[in-house]
Amino acid sequence: MTPAPRPDERSEAAPPGVPGFGTWRGIYLFVFGWFLLVVILLSVFTGIFS
Amino acid sequence: MNVADWVVLLGTIVGIAAYGSWRTRHVRSLSTYLRGNTSTGWGTIGLSVMATQASAITYLSIPGQGFESGIGFVQNYFGLPLALIIVCAVFLPMYRRLNVYTAYEFLGQRFDEKTRLLAAGLFLLQRGLATGVTIYAPAIIISTVLGWPLDLVIVFTGLLVIVYTVTGGSEAVALTHKWQMAVISAGMLTAMVVLLLRLPDGLGFTGAAHVAGALGKLQAVDFSLDPSRRYTVWTGVFGGLFLSLSYFGTDQSQVQRYIGGASLREGRLGLMFNAVLKIPMQFVILLLGALLFVFYQFAPHPVFFNQAEWRRHAQDGRFRAIEAEHASAVAQSQSAIRAWLQARASDDTAREASARAAMVTASHRTHAIRAEAKAALVAADPRAKTKDSDYVFITFILTQLPHGAVGLLVAVMFAAALSSKASELAALGTTTTIDFWRHFRPLGAADDARNMRVARRFTALWGVFAVAFALFAGFAENLIEAINILGSIFYGVLLGLFLVAFFLRRVSGSAVFFAAVTAQALVIVMYFSLNIGYLWYNLIGCAACIAFSVALQAVLPPRADADEGHAG
Repeated sequence: MTPAPRPDERSEAAPPGVPGFGTWRGIYLFVFGWFLLVVILLSVFTGIFS
Repeated sequence: MNVADWVVLLGTIVGIAAYGSWRTRHVRSLSTYLRGNTSTGWGTIGLSVMATQASAITYLSIPGQGFESGIGFVQNYFGLPLALIIVCAVFLPMYRRLNVYTAYEFLGQRFDEKTRLLAAGLFLLQRGLATGVTIYAPAIIISTVLGWPLDLVIVFTGLLVIVYTVTGGSEAVALTHKWQMAVISAGMLTAMVVLLLRLPDGLGFTGAAHVAGALGKLQAVDFSLDPSRRYTVWTGVFGGLFLSLSYFGTDQSQVQRYIGGASLREGRLGLMFNAVLKIPMQFVILLLGALLFVFYQFAPHPVFFNQAEWRRHAQDGRFRAIEAEHASAVAQSQSAIRAWLQARASDDTAREASARAAMVTASHRTHAIRAEAKAALVAADPRAKTKDSDYVFITFILTQLPHGAVGLLVAVMFAAALSSKASELAALGTTTTIDFWRHFRPLGAADDARNMRVARRFTALWGVFAVAFALFAGFAENLIEAINILGSIFYGVLLGLFLVAFFLRRVSGSAVFFAAVTAQALVIVMYFSLNIGYLWYNLIGCAACIAFSVALQAVLPPRADADEGHAG
């Protein structure tokens, strides 16, 4: 049995190579923010049309 | 369908399949066959992940769901972006670092062989059954459209996907996915544009949306805490998170799409591509269904959309009376909607409220007559198929779209069916070969050419199994629900195994194995004895597996090899 793996810090630290983002954490935060925005927009949509 | 439709249909579907087979006919490397080309970029990976998840059911049942129940189903996808972030940060780097072919190989390295075989077995069981159900969905469409025997369509579509998947493996799957997604996007866009153009003069998108909203079809989010409600923000975020994490992190049909590719970066960006686009995409498809509902308030339509089933049973005067009553109710509903639109424009609040009430009552009456029609079908034949929402969109396609576009939309259904089926077959073949065949034939593992032959045979065998199962899948009334329920029963425990592997460093193979078996039994017993939203079983199965693992580990005697002193 191999013990549980540790988080791969090197892969997290490597720049994602996406303009405007220096780290993967930045991309994850952007995606999370986008998700929140979509939920808010859907709530507004529901409010307008229901 | 006329000649133009046939040209579009065959040109796209057979053309893409032939192109995939031809381009990958020289694949000789086991790694390329099982993981795809090592130069694949994030765009291809992203489209491949999307095409794998979006089966024909997505484009067939979901507009029907929007038509029948509104767009609340979009909440089911709320957990998906969060799950993909976790997969990107935790699962994908580990799979790539260990250079595995399947997700279950990782469990074998982390725990032991019996845990690996259990996880691979759970995957084969649920995915093997689901693959039969998903091949059935497009076959219904094609048999309805062309009047062909259902069995013949199942066999034809099955053979088409088997040919290019067996020939080129994972590389052919990814290659064809790109073009299939292009066909799907073009087709759905065409359908939406035609639908908007066919709405009554003066109504437009905004008017149609207001009508749909007033009739309860546009409640996208529901923050209710009532656990018996099937779709709420909470079931979507929590249940959906676990379902998506299981699906994208542990289901080989998805893992196989992103573990290959040029680099870790490409895989991650491919997944983030899906995290950003999936909810908007599902929203648009559901909205299409809700707008179809409005369209059919103004256009003649049958009382029961599965006309073949209706004609089979609707023989006597009672059914004629229901049809006449429905036509009358639709006319009244149409008048009530127009009256409400006028009242709404008048700024007279009392008049608007009164007209709205009349419109809702008229709509309920139409709905009640549809329910009466279904009851009449059951009275005529208790085995009659009463769910017709899957036929709403295809009815629109066949009766409202111009020639050429009809062929394109039928091609959309075919492309979606083939794309998800191809991923599933490749994953089933790979898992059977890597996790089972190699386990029981360890001497054969070193021979790549032999592995390739075996993987091809298993892929073909799973294809034949899927076709055979689809031939008997007529019992699955609501196809998308059937697949999601099946997934929820097994996925939770499977995810629990992986979460224990990643995050609970002291748990050993024996503890997690018996915990998973017990948790799976618990979920099955609960499914048959409780009435709760099925997405919760993902969470329950996962939580039970983790809790039982910790508890068992506490009582089991410590093992020398269970020490966690070195990193994997």
